[in-house]
Amino acid sequence: MRLEARSAEARGALLWAPLGAIVFTLAVCALLVAWAGAPVGRSYALLFEGAFGSRFAWSETLTRATPLVLTGLAAAVAFRARLYNIGAEGQLYLGALAAVAVGGLHGGAAWPLPAPLLFIGMLLGGALAGALWLLGPAWLKQRLGVDEVVSTLLLNFIALLLVSMALDGPMKDPLGMGWPQSVAIDPALEFGKLLARSRVHNGLLLALVLAVLLWWVERATTFGFALQAVGANARAAAFAGLPVQRTVLLTALMSGALAGLAGVGEVAGRTGYLTLDMSPGYGYSGIVIAMLAGLHPLGVVAGAVFVAGVLVGADSMSRAVGVPTYLADVIVAVALLSMLVATLLTRYRVRWRA
Amino acid sequence: MTAPPVLQLTGITKRFGPVLANDAVSLTLHAGEVLALLGENGAGKSTLVSILFGHYVADAGTLEAFGRPLPPGDPKAALEAGIGMVHQHFTLADNLTVLDNVVLGTEPWWQPWSRRGAARAKLLATARQAGFAVDPEARVGTLSVGERQRVEIVKALYRGARLLILDEPTAVLTPQESESLFATLRQLVAQGLAVIFISHKLDEVVRVSHRVAVLRGGRLVHEGPTAATDRAALARHMVGRHVELPRRERRPLGAQPVLTLRDIAAGPALRRASLAIAAGEVVGIAGVSGNGQQALAEVLSGTRATDTGELRLGGQPLPASPRAWVGAGVARIPEDRHAVGAVGDLPLWQNAVSERLHLPAFSRGGLISRGAARNFARHLVEHFDVRTPGLDVPARVLSGGNLQKLVLGRALSVAGERGTPRLIVANQPTWGLDIGAVAEVQRRLLAAAAQGAAVLLISDDLDELFALADRIAVMFHGRLGPARATEDWSRDAIGLAMAGATAEPVGEEEPADAA
Repeated sequence: MRLEARSAEARGALLWAPLGAIVFTLAVCALLVAWAGAPVGRSYALLFEGAFGSRFAWSETLTRATPLVLTGLAAAVAFRARLYNIGAEGQLYLGALAAVAVGGLHGGAAWPLPAPLLFIGMLLGGALAGALWLLGPAWLKQRLGVDEVVSTLLLNFIALLLVSMALDGPMKDPLGMGWPQSVAIDPALEFGKLLARSRVHNGLLLALVLAVLLWWVERATTFGFALQAVGANARAAAFAGLPVQRTVLLTALMSGALAGLAGVGEVAGRTGYLTLDMSPGYGYSGIVIAMLAGLHPLGVVAGAVFVAGVLVGADSMSRAVGVPTYLADVIVAVALLSMLVATLLTRYRVRWRA
Repeated sequence: MTAPPVLQLTGITKRFGPVLANDAVSLTLHAGEVLALLGENGAGKSTLVSILFGHYVADAGTLEAFGRPLPPGDPKAALEAGIGMVHQHFTLADNLTVLDNVVLGTEPWWQPWSRRGAARAKLLATARQAGFAVDPEARVGTLSVGERQRVEIVKALYRGARLLILDEPTAVLTPQESESLFATLRQLVAQGLAVIFISHKLDEVVRVSHRVAVLRGGRLVHEGPTAATDRAALARHMVGRHVELPRRERRPLGAQPVLTLRDIAAGPALRRASLAIAAGEVVGIAGVSGNGQQALAEVLSGTRATDTGELRLGGQPLPASPRAWVGAGVARIPEDRHAVGAVGDLPLWQNAVSERLHLPAFSRGGLISRGAARNFARHLVEHFDVRTPGLDVPARVLSGGNLQKLVLGRALSVAGERGTPRLIVANQPTWGLDIGAVAEVQRRLLAAAAQGAAVLLISDDLDELFALADRIAVMFHGRLGPARATEDWSRDAIGLAMAGATAEPVGEEEPADAA
């Protein structure tokens, strides 16, 4: 067996590769479902119903999808410039921390500023915190060639410890009865509900607007061109006179800011305060989503809805047929691996005889 | 004839998708014979050799070596049958000695230690037979390119090769080194070795080979004794039509130098270079690759800063910034069109404007003027005859020649609507192109010079330099020699200078207008 380069990328690869990967993933995971002793068809039906089968299911899926769109965009834009930001999880927590710092310090009374101003400050603060958290690794990569995969990954743990410190210290909720939980933000700063009688909040709208904006930036601006050129061939980009360093640093700022906003959205749209288990790995799932989307900003939205649906649907499936919810994590992980193979196959074809 | 032929290919056919890489190729090779395999890029030479070597399996046809059928798709069987290959890019480990490199992989893995004494004796005997001296204990990294090639040849002979395939063996050699390679080949062939000599340099082919086989589009279009043909006929077989390569004509030069370099140095690769080029003048830079030409080209493309020295374009100093150079009207053609000249994954039209996207003609306030950019790309495709399925295909689907025409077109358009660039820095602009594209690129460069552009042409191809350059300078070990009128150079003198000999008196730098 050998791989032979295709002369041109397979047609419609952007659509067929993720769909094929997902079908393959579900087929592989069906074996696990069967192994757990549950009927495969019914389990998947329950999963689908739990994710998309009712208004409530949809609202839960969209609530979950909100941070995932943002972390997915964070990964997509960085990967496009070949900056492998694995640290969206940490940037998300830093953003959430900043949101609480702006909107909730001093027992929820915050700073003596009018609410609209504070609201903007909260968004900017969260974005900035995430952005700066990624600027360091990006700078080290440019200057000293430090591998950003390692540095951004390790910074995730530092970010979590930083949050832990804040939750035990200056931001500790005095009414939290000893739970490691921050003070709540000023209720005036919380995101409005997008759908009545649900948890879907305006953060989703923000995420969708940012997805469209990012798509437009990549398509229509000189910065977007530099971003793609630097990612696809940095030497050629430098030869053509594109500002390689500046482009990578700007991309890092954008990516970190998007992940930071995911954290702001969780605090201001869902929980109202910050805990150490606020994100069940949204930052890491964002990587999967970006890959499934082929790094396309609009594809990220679809990918986020898929992953959120799997997470939400697995909960209700687990209650009904007793398959552990870990199946959701397995599906997401297998989807990433399948997508990597599918991407390879859009560029190469397999020949079984030499 | 009593002995069976060394090699017998019958009806070899190989298809890659829609492309017929080899179409019923039949060849015979006898002991003591040099067969030149000639053809342009993509004519099917590499495919044929890969099939011979067992890397590919032919769709149809048979292989016989020394009278016995060669099992398809089995590189090991090919080696055991006595087929040895010297690749254009050597397969030697730099940090090992010559002996280690030669022995590597020849001893069974279960043998507890290597029999160095015996191996050494055999290596020396092999080398003596081939007629050259090698030091078995020398580290390969310290050897010159020519010496490394000899190690590769000895390595193949050591393994019992009776058929030696040489892939573009002279591409990295000075003329003198090539001569000594030819002498070696003559000696080995006299001892009964058979050689397949792959090349596209007609001169060499005519001189070293007994028979020539020409491939075109996967088919064997000519086969016969070398003595019965000549260069012009071979060129016609290769291309399928008559192609005239352009030559420079005498033309008036500008009085003022366009580019002046005074004792510039940049890093360890470029140690000292002084040069002045006048408007309308073509100055060629010769040298064995790896002697600082790359660094010089980078300095003159704005991608590398100088450490010391003075660099002026039209009397003005220029910072090391590609945009500044492009803005000053310098057309830059990089050596590696795939890795440096274009972003393969991005569409053709974006590559066409990548150097000048920031200018008001192609963007306003950071927004790309898509229509203007595409119009420019369309104009470029038409004007420079880039064969492409469209403006939106990724640049990597273009063939080497068409990609080079795109890069050339982009570079020559730096002056915008005003006309010709002031300076053209072309680094190996015709490397790896088929002869039609070579002629086209050379014609464009000469035309630009005729319109007043100063041209710096870095090339490994001496024929190209002699045909195009008004003056030629040689680079060796990071130093640029004096640029002397092309008429004053002989091939031998250039070869000596490329090897670093400074025996000849070196004249003062002539002023540009005196050339």
